[in-house]
Amino acid sequence: MENQTNFVLEARGITKQFPGVLANDHVDFDLKPGEVHALLGENGAGKSTLMNVLYGLYQPNEGQISVNGAPINFTSPKEAIESGIGMVHQHFMLIPVFSVTENIMLGSETDHQKKPNPSPLAKLERQIVANLVRDLSKKYNLSIDPNAIVGELPVGVQQRVEIVKALYRKASILILDEPTAVLTPQEADDLFVIINELKKQGVSIIFITHKLKEVLAIADRITVMRGGKVVGHTTPAKSNEQQLAEMMVGREVILTVDKEPAQPKEDILVVQGLYVSDQRELESVKNISFSVRSGEILGIAGVQGNGQTELAEALTGLRKPDKGKATLAGFEISNAVPRNITDKGLAHIPEDRQKHGLVLSYTVADNLVLCDYYKMPYSKKGILQQQAIDNNARKLIDDFDIRTPSPYVAASKLSGGNQQKVIVARELSREVKLVIANQPTRGLDVGSIEYIHKQIVSMRDSGTAVLLISAELDEIMALSDRIAVMYHGHIVTIVNREGVSKEQLGLWMAGVKPE
Amino acid sequence: MDWKRYSFIALVIIVLFGTVVLVGMEAEPPILIISSMIATTIAVATPLTLGALSGVFCERAGVVNIGIEGMLLASAFFGWLASIYMNTIFGFGATPSLIVGVLAAILSGGLFALLHAVLSITFKVDQIIGGTVINILAIGMTGFLNRQLFFSKTSIFGGNVPHAPGVLPLLDLPVENWANSLCNTINASEACTMNATAFGNIFEQKPIAISAILLVFISNYVLFNTRWGLRMRAVGEHPKAADTVGINVVRTRYLNVVIGGLIAGLGGAYFTLESVPSFEPLMTNGRGFISLAAMIFGNWTPVGAWAASLVFGASQALQINLQFFRDLIPPQWAFFQNSYSVGQIPYLLTMIIMTGIIGKTTPPAADGQPYEK
Amino acid sequence: MSQSQSKKSELVSKLTDTLLVPTLAIVTAIVLGGIIIAFVGGNPFAAYAGLLEGAFGSLKGISETAVWSTPYIFAGLAVALAFKGGLFNIGGEGQLALGATTSAWVGYALPDLLGVELPMVIHLPLAILTGMAVGFLWGAIPGALKAYTGAHEVINTIMMNYIALNIVSYLMNGPFKDKNPLNVIARTPLIAESARIPPLFDGLRVHWGFILALAMAYGVWWLLWKTNLGFEIRTVGANPEAAKYAGINVKKIMTLSLGLSGMLAGLAGTVEVTALNYRHELGFSQGYGFDAIAIALLGKNHPLGVVLAAILFAAMRNGATRMQFLTQIPVDIISVVQALILLFVAADAIVRYLYRIKQSDEKVVLTRGWGG
Repeated sequence: MENQTNFVLEARGITKQFPGVLANDHVDFDLKPGEVHALLGENGAGKSTLMNVLYGLYQPNEGQISVNGAPINFTSPKEAIESGIGMVHQHFMLIPVFSVTENIMLGSETDHQKKPNPSPLAKLERQIVANLVRDLSKKYNLSIDPNAIVGELPVGVQQRVEIVKALYRKASILILDEPTAVLTPQEADDLFVIINELKKQGVSIIFITHKLKEVLAIADRITVMRGGKVVGHTTPAKSNEQQLAEMMVGREVILTVDKEPAQPKEDILVVQGLYVSDQRELESVKNISFSVRSGEILGIAGVQGNGQTELAEALTGLRKPDKGKATLAGFEISNAVPRNITDKGLAHIPEDRQKHGLVLSYTVADNLVLCDYYKMPYSKKGILQQQAIDNNARKLIDDFDIRTPSPYVAASKLSGGNQQKVIVARELSREVKLVIANQPTRGLDVGSIEYIHKQIVSMRDSGTAVLLISAELDEIMALSDRIAVMYHGHIVTIVNREGVSKEQLGLWMAGVKPE
Repeated sequence: MDWKRYSFIALVIIVLFGTVVLVGMEAEPPILIISSMIATTIAVATPLTLGALSGVFCERAGVVNIGIEGMLLASAFFGWLASIYMNTIFGFGATPSLIVGVLAAILSGGLFALLHAVLSITFKVDQIIGGTVINILAIGMTGFLNRQLFFSKTSIFGGNVPHAPGVLPLLDLPVENWANSLCNTINASEACTMNATAFGNIFEQKPIAISAILLVFISNYVLFNTRWGLRMRAVGEHPKAADTVGINVVRTRYLNVVIGGLIAGLGGAYFTLESVPSFEPLMTNGRGFISLAAMIFGNWTPVGAWAASLVFGASQALQINLQFFRDLIPPQWAFFQNSYSVGQIPYLLTMIIMTGIIGKTTPPAADGQPYEK
Repeated sequence: MSQSQSKKSELVSKLTDTLLVPTLAIVTAIVLGGIIIAFVGGNPFAAYAGLLEGAFGSLKGISETAVWSTPYIFAGLAVALAFKGGLFNIGGEGQLALGATTSAWVGYALPDLLGVELPMVIHLPLAILTGMAVGFLWGAIPGALKAYTGAHEVINTIMMNYIALNIVSYLMNGPFKDKNPLNVIARTPLIAESARIPPLFDGLRVHWGFILALAMAYGVWWLLWKTNLGFEIRTVGANPEAAKYAGINVKKIMTLSLGLSGMLAGLAGTVEVTALNYRHELGFSQGYGFDAIAIALLGKNHPLGVVLAAILFAAMRNGATRMQFLTQIPVDIISVVQALILLFVAADAIVRYLYRIKQSDEKVVLTRGWGG
């Protein structure tokens, strides 16, 4: 352990207990001035909890924190902010309907005044603050328009607003929580440039992520967490992806997916000239055409928000396209209802499993017949046949290794991975010609991810067509036979997986057209 | 608000006013009819405006409040009760009793709102159910106490409804005189005098009605130009974001719900202390719910809610003014004479507006969601 | 945790939610009511004793309790069914009033209109079906508006209430009024014998409508948990997005749910007319709407719970008259107690807090403070 080094931030023995889970178990963490210290771990490892403790959103059950040598005990984010700690959350803490200036002012409305007016009825001086914001953004090279409405800004710019928000409050310690989750590789590179600039200006940064490559690219030091504990310290120089992955998971991890070369046959899904609008009636999918053959996996790569959601909805009957056509084995699905499409052989693993894929208050057994309850043998003449439903549940729980105390437990009690398994079990146990899997492993632990990847590959090997939509480029690259890149509603290009590099995909995902 | 909504409001106003003018033209000059309609509209829109403002405060902070109806009813009763106590039992004069009554009404509104806040914010009860509970409690309490105190021999009033101290008086604003003197300087004529009278009529309003209009503009300023408004709106849109910059979400919600209750309390005072000097069970007659529709139609803004309330008020004013001209209604339209038909207009209007055919509205993003840390 | 252990704790937690907490809510409300009674100068024990005597103390009392509970069961089922479908039907009162009025008309006017005497086997079902159909319509309209325009059913059902009451008021004072010169009340003439539901026993008022109500409760249970349609209704209620994904026509189901709900409320009015009063009178239906909500919530939106809660409320209303007779405490106190029951049931978190019962999510069921 280094001694006599002045840490800007030191946390010792942090313990945080939630009902049923020990999120942080005697965690030690420290930060040197002007460094980037990465905190690496899987979903649920306890990284976000630790940061929320440092930021004053949670109070630890045990442990001490000190800033610049002085012990502190934050009871709210306000105190953390006053100590110079700023946080950029993974899901932005911005008010979409407010302007950039209003978002930055919120909570510090009169701090710019020489004698800050403490009254709740203090007038908002939008113009003055806007000018201050402009100056600040110039200083750190983060161009943002103070008068823009945040909800209308692209995601990369919103993130910059979050950073300026912290800097406006004179943050010298910046916590970035999974900052590249919503960025293209290009935008991520831009972010790294910004981070280096901030380092130069004396800001110390804590970088939380589960992405191994980023950690090796940007960090000065790395701390790995697993199951609420710190399990290792290292630096990029002394480590590599394999080692980091094993520390994260605790066992040997296979980072690639073994698969045979594809044997594609006839076209199953054919999409021609599809146009789809979203909730706000803005065109999200513009003139998309592609096809997926039986026995192959077509992966659609692209950062979230480029039309993938609307595309998936249009192909599964949840949204009506404006123009164009899509057919499944010859049957037109672009104007059909979900039930008809399912009958023709569609399996849909939806993007948001808790919103679309499951009824959380229903039992596992009921969820397993959610799409088929009206068919024989689960119902006769409109009356449900409980025995058949139960048999089906038992079989699927067995076949797909769903960990649940019983078929009659509410789905809400299952872990994320097992909830997804319920959906996968339900969808893949039918006669399917086409699987549409949308973000199938989001938020899952490594074990579940491995399992679902295996299922997808085995479907493909048995002749099913698979359309995989994912924001995780690694997943796309590991599973796909062919890759299509979506950007702003268009398909930029469709290529074979072989011979394509991540950098190339990154460029296409950022809208750069291939020559 | 967009052009679709403005044109709808204009259309409805023209139809409503036009009807009364057409009917009453024989008896009175149109300008006087119109000004009378405007005056009545402003008066009867008062509880709607205040109810809608109450809703704006609660919902902008993220708490759905369908208990406004109950708050109006309860504060109408308790305000009236307080004024009677002051007048009959303690022997104060009419005006001080009425003022105490208004204060009691405002306080009652605040207390019921506090209950709603506790249920919704602390106990995280489903807010629509919570609001319904408030309504049922209000109906139960006012019914029970009304019977106990005024129809039971053993009560302090001996089983009789005592003489209430009346209602709040019209404010004597010298608008008509001012308009008349304006006339004299420009062009003194009979027509001008009549116009001056008409203009003056509009401003013959009572204190609560005027307060309602003032509150609209005050609320608008607070909501969009002060720290209070910014924070409150943040809490209603994205409470977690507000929390992370150090705003106390729970406290903000509590305060704004109670403020909403105080405003609703003033609205309740209108019924028994400004409109008629008596209490009838269930006298609010759905106006709390109509205010909600006004709030939605006004897109959760004070001025928008006020405009919508005026439209509803106009439909009520139509009914009142048609009564006045009942003898002039041609026999084939006699059906519209009675309240069963014309009285339906506010409710039908509400339903039409709720379909959103008149335009989309955007509630605060976190409206109705209890805050979990 | 082993399978049998987890099953056991599931069961205990379920029992706590469905039996223990509502019972404690009722007990707390009764205690509070007793305090209020003491406050206005009465003796709570005598009051509640009188209540019980009136409700169950005699054959006549029990019969009256059954009579009172009939409309409560129908109306409570209406609200519960709507809740299961994810919708809030506050319009029970209007649906009930229209159901009552229209079936009364069929009862007294139809034979004259057609010029023939109708046999009971045609007339009575016709009257009942009319009430059900009108109630269905009155519920389906706000249901459709919600499904196809997104207009919130809370406001629309309330508006439809006022519109319905206006219509009924007009009819009762006008075309449907009993034209007998001795009559001054706004009410219809008596309905024909052939449109009346017979009583169960001679001398007591309890009638076959009560049996119909119980049968209807069973029917609603069977519909919701044994049929496809019920599955669809519950799924839309639990998660409309997942329902859409599962292929269910959400808009149609929403309309149907509120329609069926309105139908049940209409039935409440119809049965009162055809089984009890043999006519419809203006104003008799006030208050059922909100009571029904309390009953549905108390019964946890389950038909069996609704029946029990309905009987409880009926017992309170029925016994209150005896209570007032014996102790001079006005019947209105019942409204306050019922409002309190609703408060505690709706905010069961309060009850849990008071009695130190954990929130239902947890496996740990009873803590030390309550003798677990």
